[in-house]
Amino acid sequence: MIGIVGYGAYIPKYRIKVEEIARTWRKDGKAIANSLNVEEKAVAAFDEDSCTIAVEAARRAVEMSGIEAQKIGGVYVGSESHPYAVKPTASVVAEAINAGPELTAADLEFACKAGTAGIQMCMGLVIGDMPDWIEYGLAIGADTAQGKPADALEYTAGSGGAAFIIGKKESEIIASIDQTFSYTTDTPDFWRRQHAEFPRHAGRFTGEPAYFKHVISAAEGLMAKAGLKPKDFDYAAFHQPNGKFPLRVAQMLGFGEKKVRRGLLTPMIGNTYSGATMVALASVLDAAKPGEKILAVSYGSGAGSDAFALTARKPIEKKRPAVPVLEMIKEKEYISYAEYAKFRRKLKSL
Amino acid sequence: MTNGNLPLIWRKFSERYLLQGNCCETCGTCFFPARQICPNCRRKGKLVPKEMPREGKIITYTEVFTGPYGFEYETPYFIAIIELSNGARLLSQVVDSPKEKIRIGAKVKKVFRKISDIDPEGPIAYGYKFKVVG
Ligand SMILES: [Zn+2]
Repeated sequence: MIGIVGYGAYIPKYRIKVEEIARTWRKDGKAIANSLNVEEKAVAAFDEDSCTIAVEAARRAVEMSGIEAQKIGGVYVGSESHPYAVKPTASVVAEAINAGPELTAADLEFACKAGTAGIQMCMGLVIGDMPDWIEYGLAIGADTAQGKPADALEYTAGSGGAAFIIGKKESEIIASIDQTFSYTTDTPDFWRRQHAEFPRHAGRFTGEPAYFKHVISAAEGLMAKAGLKPKDFDYAAFHQPNGKFPLRVAQMLGFGEKKVRRGLLTPMIGNTYSGATMVALASVLDAAKPGEKILAVSYGSGAGSDAFALTARKPIEKKRPAVPVLEMIKEKEYISYAEYAKFRRKLKSL
Repeated sequence: MTNGNLPLIWRKFSERYLLQGNCCETCGTCFFPARQICPNCRRKGKLVPKEMPREGKIITYTEVFTGPYGFEYETPYFIAIIELSNGARLLSQVVDSPKEKIRIGAKVKKVFRKISDIDPEGPIAYGYKFKVVG
């Protein structure tokens, strides 16, 4: 058996309302918020970045798991806003949770799905048949998403992340990962070139041939492989670039809205990119009872989806996190567009 | 963090990331930052490295309106002397906390933040700050 032995999420406390962003650009904020189904987004503070978010999430995951950080043998951090182009975020995280130095670590990038790719890599390491190599792997997805001022993505590009510790000891696993399936094609829907400050995207092209095609193909491939149907799942957590796509994809796949609700966070925190599917899964696990089945499907532009079938297990009842995601995001402070521009260093002199 | 003092800062990573200090096994006193000798026990003291607890309370605080180089964009901000739950005291920035909650005796917990990031092409210094809880 392989699965999750602990997880932690971190969402910065600052929020900017979609209407406040729209006000700056003299657009109709209410209409934009409605069309995206996003009210507000989380903004990392001036002294936060993907690395500090990753560390906070990782520390919470370690605390919840009850395992010694020294036993973690692999750390992977997925992000598209790693603070350095060269120099790993993962080594800072490993040291900041006192997991090292005897471990392997690397930074990952696959637009919004690098975190779930990290989960798969950890699964491989932990279950692989190299004897006594790695007992636990830590996979993190964290972002301080870069939205170009006045671009459509500025309304949704949020900050946050989540960390998952993967292990194989049955007595510790809170949710088993029963099956995983990925679907990858070369689709140029969204990108950021080296040295470019902001990503660019292909507008409407990011929908049908990109998000929907990959999420649906991965979900259907997974269900076929695992012999499961939508009705077998109690929850579904999808990547959520806005508040509408995950609801529509759920409907297209045959999942009722009820199964998606618990993991639908983008309306309140925005799209946390590499963190999005991970935070959604964390919120679902906060509520999941032993025996309940969960579908999680990420999406990363460029493009690919990783799908997972999970089953919550008995140890989850004794290992609930100190603060559930839905509770954590209630602690918030609203900021103006000017403060947002400062926090995210969008002003030239910063 | 400028390139000139990198080795100095690098040596402090365990202190800055993990609140690594030390405790005297003879008298039980904990120190942060770590001390070379226990001031209570002198030569009889035996100091062992230890991660400090991540919770504490504010002993005293002040609001900074004119920050030093590297902090000028963060003003006004709070710094406080914090007593950790094991009695060790340290000076730290207090962030993410509403002004009215930053009070003597307020409970705080450690958070991991950027301490300085002044050169866009230079290294970033990470470390501890504290935030008021409850
Ligand atoms: Zn002593």
